[in-house]
Order: sequence, then structure tokens, then C-alpha cells
Amino acid sequence: MITLNGRAVDDANGLSLAELLARENYVISIIAVACNQEVVPRAKYNCTQLADGDVIDVVRMVAGG
Amino acid sequence: MAYLPDMEMLNDSAIMEEVIARMNAYDYHRYSADDVRSTLHKDNCTPRDFSALLSPAAMPFLEEIACKARAETRKHFGNSIYLFTPLYLANFCENSCVYCGFSRRQKIRRAQLNAEEMEKEMQAIAYEGLEEILLLTGESRKMSDLQYIGEACAIARRYFKMVGLEVYPVNTQDYAYLRACGADYVTVFQETYNSTTYETLHPDGRKRVFPYRMNAQERALRGGMRGVAFGALLGLDDFRKDAFATGMHAWLLQRKYPQAEISFSCPRLRPLVNDSNSDLPILNGKTNNFIPQEAELLQVILAYRLLMPFAGITVSTRERAGFRDHVTGIAANKVSAGVRTGVGGHQESREDIGDGQFEIADSRSVHEVCSTMKERGLQPVMNDYVYV
Amino acid sequence: MSSNDSLILGGRAFSSRFILGSGKYSVDLIRSAIECAGAQIITLAVRRANTNTTENILTHIPEGITLLPNTSGARNAEEAVRIARLARELGCGDFVKIEVIRDTKYLLPDNAETVKATEILAREGFIVMPYMYPDLNTARDLANAGAAAIMPLGAPIGSNKGLCTRDFIQILIDEIDLPIIVDAGIGRPSQACEAMEMGVAAIMANTAIATARDIPAMASAFKKAIEAGRIAYLSGLGRVLDKGADASSPLTGFLSN
Repeated sequence: MITLNGRAVDDANGLSLAELLARENYVISIIAVACNQEVVPRAKYNCTQLADGDVIDVVRMVAGG
Repeated sequence: MAYLPDMEMLNDSAIMEEVIARMNAYDYHRYSADDVRSTLHKDNCTPRDFSALLSPAAMPFLEEIACKARAETRKHFGNSIYLFTPLYLANFCENSCVYCGFSRRQKIRRAQLNAEEMEKEMQAIAYEGLEEILLLTGESRKMSDLQYIGEACAIARRYFKMVGLEVYPVNTQDYAYLRACGADYVTVFQETYNSTTYETLHPDGRKRVFPYRMNAQERALRGGMRGVAFGALLGLDDFRKDAFATGMHAWLLQRKYPQAEISFSCPRLRPLVNDSNSDLPILNGKTNNFIPQEAELLQVILAYRLLMPFAGITVSTRERAGFRDHVTGIAANKVSAGVRTGVGGHQESREDIGDGQFEIADSRSVHEVCSTMKERGLQPVMNDYVYV
Repeated sequence: MSSNDSLILGGRAFSSRFILGSGKYSVDLIRSAIECAGAQIITLAVRRANTNTTENILTHIPEGITLLPNTSGARNAEEAVRIARLARELGCGDFVKIEVIRDTKYLLPDNAETVKATEILAREGFIVMPYMYPDLNTARDLANAGAAAIMPLGAPIGSNKGLCTRDFIQILIDEIDLPIIVDAGIGRPSQACEAMEMGVAAIMANTAIATARDIPAMASAFKKAIEAGRIAYLSGLGRVLDKGADASSPLTGFLSN
């Protein structure tokens, strides 16, 4: 089971990060992703395979600070 | 003036270059009365303010500057004045500094205290109530080597709470050794920051190497010394430029080593003990118009106080008692008492075994100095530091 | 104002000394606020993205404005570092404002964690601007760690109380050789002006503008106040008479010759 932004996601084992993000309708150009607290560069989304227990954080810029 | 092989170079420090650059750029004729007035009305003192305070334009404002300096001194030290005395351990010297009574070309009685004699001197000094001592030697690695100085520190530590050293510059690891033996701080006078003049005043000997001497304080701090003291011998060259360089040297090192305890001394050229060199123009007040007048010496002391309000400032016994007493109420917060500049001389017989470095104009005892201070509303303090 | 008086941060020159915050007001006002403020740097935050979001705040920010992502939300150095790296990944550039807060009542920054984060991020090539509680020792540590500026708070975030820490900010100005940028607590243009008169290098303000009735107008008031303060500082403030001299007994009467 994968955790995405704090919620459980089923049927994600074996997917690449790119595939998961597409499935969740994320607009790649305005987000950044950390997998298990390590930043994943955009270029690596395709080749990053998700495994059971992975924790994914997807973030974007907002007003603030 | 090249470094000798065993002299440590501080390749990663730009302090010396910066001090010299600032001194060279200092044109004290450019400062006006308005510049001085504006420094008087500010709370902090920048290098630019210091420049104005040392300029001729500040002379008419001496009284106001003195008031401000006194207020700063009070703010940081209350009415406490720290007492100490120098002990000359030896006067052997390999240098031939043109202005100094210990020059190897001077025919004086040379002597060095052995451990037993040293201890007796220290006992006599401690008996007077003093808790801080400044140990001095001439520059002779042969006669007064590092081990000798270290041993002196260790003995001094048994009788005094603060041990200062005014000896020849050494390398960082040697300062670390001396620290471990018991020294707390190191005084090195650059004499003059003008390297050309410096060369003519120091014809031979290790002291000739200008940069090695100038980096001594930084090496001392790196070696773990608690504090360092600075001073130029005013009158060897343009005293305003030398005082400015002294201030900048201290100020820059304080910024780099914020924990360092900084002090200033303001020695002024005075007559020698042995007058075989008194026909030298540099020592003659009539031919050398670099020697500051009393008012100008006061100006320097006040400027140091305002630049670094928390620094120690000492006035030497080269100056008359009246001058010292008054300046101690205004800006100086450290005085020596019961001074002998000969080797030894503190014991009851008052006999020294080696001739002195300079003539003392104020030879009052500890007791006398303390009484005078109290009469003037000042509080003599022997020591206020505790090692835990 | 002379064109030579640029604010230098991370090797880059800025003619404006006003850093604008983007939080607490409608995103569609951000553009006009930036323009009225004359700001060249704007702070942004990093938050979780919901799916389906196409809204991109960058469309509200004019071209050429430097983005200053903020690690707000971080409670320790590790989290701040992670947020900074994510911000860089989002294409915000190399600037980062470190904000580590683990006290949710007053929102005071944790100086020690801020130093740790600064060390790590400076080594990774970020232009680090740490938000901190004005303490000289911490400021020295930050400077040694590679910070590009020091950002001491004037008062607690959002309090609009002004320069409560004035004396300690002055110490930083006097002792640290980096731009000192007051961040947090500035509530009025006059306070921003005062800080600039002291010698502060730039002002960061958010709540004061965000909670004004007319946001673009307040942004422009701040702009003018910051410029006025800077000019006053550069032209040398006049003297303030407070202590009279005591003419009765001169201190220097003892001098001879």
C-alpha cells in the first residue's frame, strides 16, 4: 500500500511514479514530489518504481510566507 | 624583512593587509569639526568616527570627547580600576632597537632572574596585594627561552590570578604551550605600523621581521590566550596614523575573535635610562615632532575608549603621576603600581640586578596608588576573574 | 537614489529593498501589490497539492520577479531542508528563506535548527536567507554557515507591533557584515522607514499589506517609506541633542605643555 499526501492508495504497487501521478491527474509542471522524504527529480518520474510502504508527498507553490 | 625559517606564517589571515591598507588610506586632514561633532552625538563608534576622533580637527573638542569617554568607561566598568605590576625577568636582548634601553648595543647591566629569585620577587609583589602580574623579557631565545618563560608562568600562577606576558613573538603552538603553563594574555607592541620606518628602527635581530610581529596577537589567540594587548610607541612615526592602525588592528581582531579580551597601551617616547643614545634625533623632543604632546596623548586614549568601550586601557609609568591619575578617571581602567623596569627590584632592598628599560616618571607604591584612587572616587580592583 | 545603491543577495543585485509576502490576501491582488510595492522578490510557500489542481500561483507573478520560497511548516532543520529541496525542484530558483517554527503560539523561530538548516542548504548551493530571533551569537553562526543575509524579526509574526527588537537589530547591523533584513512584525510604513534609517538593508512585510483596506495603496506607501528611510540613512542622520555638557569643572584641565 502506498501513501500519497497522507491517504492510502490501492493498486499502486509496481506502477512508476509517472504513472501514479498521471492516474491522479496531477499537472506535472506545477508540482514537485518526495518519495520517502527524498526529493525525486522530474526526470526520474518514469524510472522510479513504487514499492509497498512508500510514502509520497506531492507539493506545489502557494501564496504564503 | 623576510620571515626566518622557524617563523610561522598565517597564510589564511588577511588582518595585516587590511590594517595597513586602512592606515595608508587614512588622511586625517580630511576630517572637519562637523565630522567630530557628529561622532559625539552618536551611540556607536565606527572606524570612520575613530578616524575623525584622531584627527587634528578633534583637538578643540577634547573636553567633550573626554566627557563622552568617561561616560562610556563608567557604563562598562563603573568606577573599577584594575591594578597590576610588571616584572622584568630578564633584559638580555638580541635586537638593537634604536629607541630602547635594552638594545644589545646599549652597555647596561644584563641579568636574568633564576627560578628562586623570580619566586622571591613574586612573593614580594603578591605581598603588596597585587593579584595580576605582567612578565617581561628582552628578546633572547638563548638566555630566556620558551621553557624559561613557561616556568615563570607556572610559578606566577601560584601567586597571581592573572598572568600576562610581554615577551618576544612566538608561534601559535608556543603560545599554546605558554597558555598551558599558566599565561592568560599576551601583549605585543608593534612600535610603529609604518613598515619603512620600522625597518630603520630595527636594524637587526628577529624583531626586524615586521609581519611576524604584527601577526603575534592572532597567533596568541589561536594558541588559546584569553586576551591580547596592542600598542604603538607613539612618536616613532606619525602618531595619528600609528594610533589609527593600532585601533584598527584591535578592532578587526575583535570582530574575527569575538571572545577575545582586548586591551590597549599607549606608550609615548620618553628619555632613556642610559643616555648614550640621547643624541639620536628620534629621541629628542625638539627634533622629533612626531612625539605627541600630553593633550594629543589624551586624544589617542579617548579615541581608543570610544572605539572599543569594553577594552582595557593602560597608561604607563612613563607618564607623570598627575597625568595618569586624571586619565584613570576618564578613560584608562588599568594601572600599574609599584613599578620597577629593572630586572627584579621588588624585594625590600629595592635593588635590581639588571638595568631598566625606561625611566619611570611615576614610582608610587601600590598602597599610594590605591589611596589616591579612593580619594578620587575610584575603586581599586585587584582581580575580578575566577577560573572554574 | 543612486543606481549604485543596490541590495546584493547571493551575488545578485536588486534595486528594490522591499520583499513582499504573498500570504493572507487574495491571489488576484498579488500582481498589483507587487507592482505598487516595486518589489523584486516575493515569498511563496510550499504545500501539498491536491489532485486536479491546475491553478498555478506563478501566473499571478510578473516575469522577472525573484521567487523566495519559504520553509514555513518546518518544525526542525530536516524538514526545512526537505522543503527547500522541493521548492528548488518546483523551479523556484536557488533562493530560500528558512523559517523553522516549533512554537505555534508566538510563531518564534528556532535559532538552533535554523543554523543547522543553513549549513546544509548553503553547502548545496542555495542562497540562504534565514529568519531568526535577533541574537548576535546565532547571527555569527549563520554568517559562518554561509547565509546570504540575516533576517531578524522585529516582533512576532502578524503582530504588527513594529521594532520591538530594535536594539538587538542595531547590534546585528553593527557587528555582522551581511545584509540585515527585518522580517516579521512591521505593521506600518513608518516602522519600515525607521528600520531603514537604522541601516537595515531591506524590509520584508506581509500582514501589514495583506490586512490593509486598500492593498495596492498600502504596498505603495511601504515602497515610499522604505525608499525614504534608505535615503535618510545614506545622507547621514543629523545630531540629536540629549546630553548637556557640564561646564563647571573641566576634565581636561590637568594637561601640561
